[in-house]
Amino acid sequence: MSLSTSSQIAKHKTQSINRFFASHPRLGLGTLLSGPILWLLVVYVGSLALLVVSAFFGLDEFTGKATTNLTIGNIEEVISESAYRLLVLRSIGIAGAATVICFMLALPVGFYISKLAKPWAKRGLVVAILLPLWAGYLVKAFALRAVFEPGSEFGDGGFLKNTIGWSPGFGYLSVIITLAYLWFPYMFLPIYSGFERLPESLIDASSDLGAGSIRTFFSVMMPMLVPSIAAGSIFTFSLSLGDYITVKIVGGKSQMIGNIIERTLLAPNQPLAAAFTLWPITIMVAYLFVMARLGAFKNL
Amino acid sequence: MQISKRSQFSLRATTYGLLFLLYMPLLLIFILSFNTASSLTWPPRGFSTRWWSTFLDVESARAALISSTRLALIAMVNAIVLGSMLSFALQRFEFFGKNSLSFLAVLPIALPGIVTGVALRNTFVRFGLDLGFISVIAGHTTFCIVVVHNNVVARLRRISPNLREASADLGANSLQTFRLITWPLVRSSVFAGAILAFALSFDEVVVTTFTAGAGIQTLPQWILNNFSRPNVLPYVTVVATIVMVISLPIAWLAQRLADPPNEKLV
Repeated sequence: MSLSTSSQIAKHKTQSINRFFASHPRLGLGTLLSGPILWLLVVYVGSLALLVVSAFFGLDEFTGKATTNLTIGNIEEVISESAYRLLVLRSIGIAGAATVICFMLALPVGFYISKLAKPWAKRGLVVAILLPLWAGYLVKAFALRAVFEPGSEFGDGGFLKNTIGWSPGFGYLSVIITLAYLWFPYMFLPIYSGFERLPESLIDASSDLGAGSIRTFFSVMMPMLVPSIAAGSIFTFSLSLGDYITVKIVGGKSQMIGNIIERTLLAPNQPLAAAFTLWPITIMVAYLFVMARLGAFKNL
Repeated sequence: MQISKRSQFSLRATTYGLLFLLYMPLLLIFILSFNTASSLTWPPRGFSTRWWSTFLDVESARAALISSTRLALIAMVNAIVLGSMLSFALQRFEFFGKNSLSFLAVLPIALPGIVTGVALRNTFVRFGLDLGFISVIAGHTTFCIVVVHNNVVARLRRISPNLREASADLGANSLQTFRLITWPLVRSSVFAGAILAFALSFDEVVVTTFTAGAGIQTLPQWILNNFSRPNVLPYVTVVATIVMVISLPIAWLAQRLADPPNEKLV
């Protein structure tokens, strides 16, 4: 008796909750949004805003702590110092080079798997390319260290040195190759899906109108792939730009902007480190803006 | 589209050549974990299972494995809840600022990890909170939300609103519709997103480095801290191999769940 009453009450309760949300859909929205908003807007964006603000804080020389005396000295330093400017340009160059390598490889491979591979091989090939993404970032960076190990007069070289007799050693070239190796799947996936979405009829129409395969590729397929390429490049570029660990593992004495952020932060000079982070933030916001114009966000 | 035999051959060669290049370094690490020497030189000096058999005695590696697993599980649960809520809100409702919010939802993975890491660290320190397990969870949750959201929202877009309307017409209330119609359709995308979130958290090192205090060491940090120590180096290859062997089948499963081959969504 009491059981059935309580279940009836429970039933009545859920019904009234239901009716309440059905008649107040905005409240349902509010409930759904409260958690994510609290997190993304308050914690995440709030932290980013605080970071930008703290770039204007001074530093107490004795305690190494940030003070709230406002100054533009940090910003001036990270913009005017020519060594820092060079570092930023070099980081952009490295991220750009890794992105271009990923693109140059993802295009033919994406095309082959989407348009030429046998249907039964397709799925396996896609999974095979995406799987290494899961092998772990450090595992892969570390694996490439074993590949590039140049050796010295004291020790033997690594895989490349002792199989083909040459190794790029630890430096910028190895950093670029490693970054391209790490982030390739991020470029491949949107480009492959882009090829998959291309209607066959357009390709047929192009060849019916007399275009050769090269003409069809560049005049029909490429323009339709631009949003996919833009989407892929956001990840390869951003992940490479902020990287400072790959540089430590395969870069030898090389430096990227991430290294100087880390070093300044641990110095400790938090305000100056915050000023340095304005570089990747500005570059990425500008990059995202351009890529959004190219339609990247339709493909994320 | 007519493609000459020669171009077809070179495209195929590029694809398989690339696959070889992708897997060769991973295979190398696997082989080197059985090396007798404690360096990364090639060819290996000889075969030994010494590093594998003594691996469990390395206290720091075991502790790191445990804290990484705990961290990834908690970040994953947070991400499932917050990421799914975000997806439903963005997919079902029209509201002011919706476009900005969906842009915001990709920001944690579109901005370099070092920016997220430094920003969160700064906030924690400024508000007088300790850097420790909690701050690392906060950092990981931030980018894990995005992964779950991307998976779930992609699935929600493919589900026709007619299904929900039909369910309501047949007298189901919104909870019943969710339980009997929506949930079975989004379930696999939530699982796929959750697996991805777990893997991402398990593997993450940049945000971790900046948000972790002195007492926390995750497995990636352990690898990073030990790769230049000659007597620990071989264990790094063992850990790397274990990470690969565990994650590859899970990855395959996530792939299947995210994009089920035979599941028709009306």
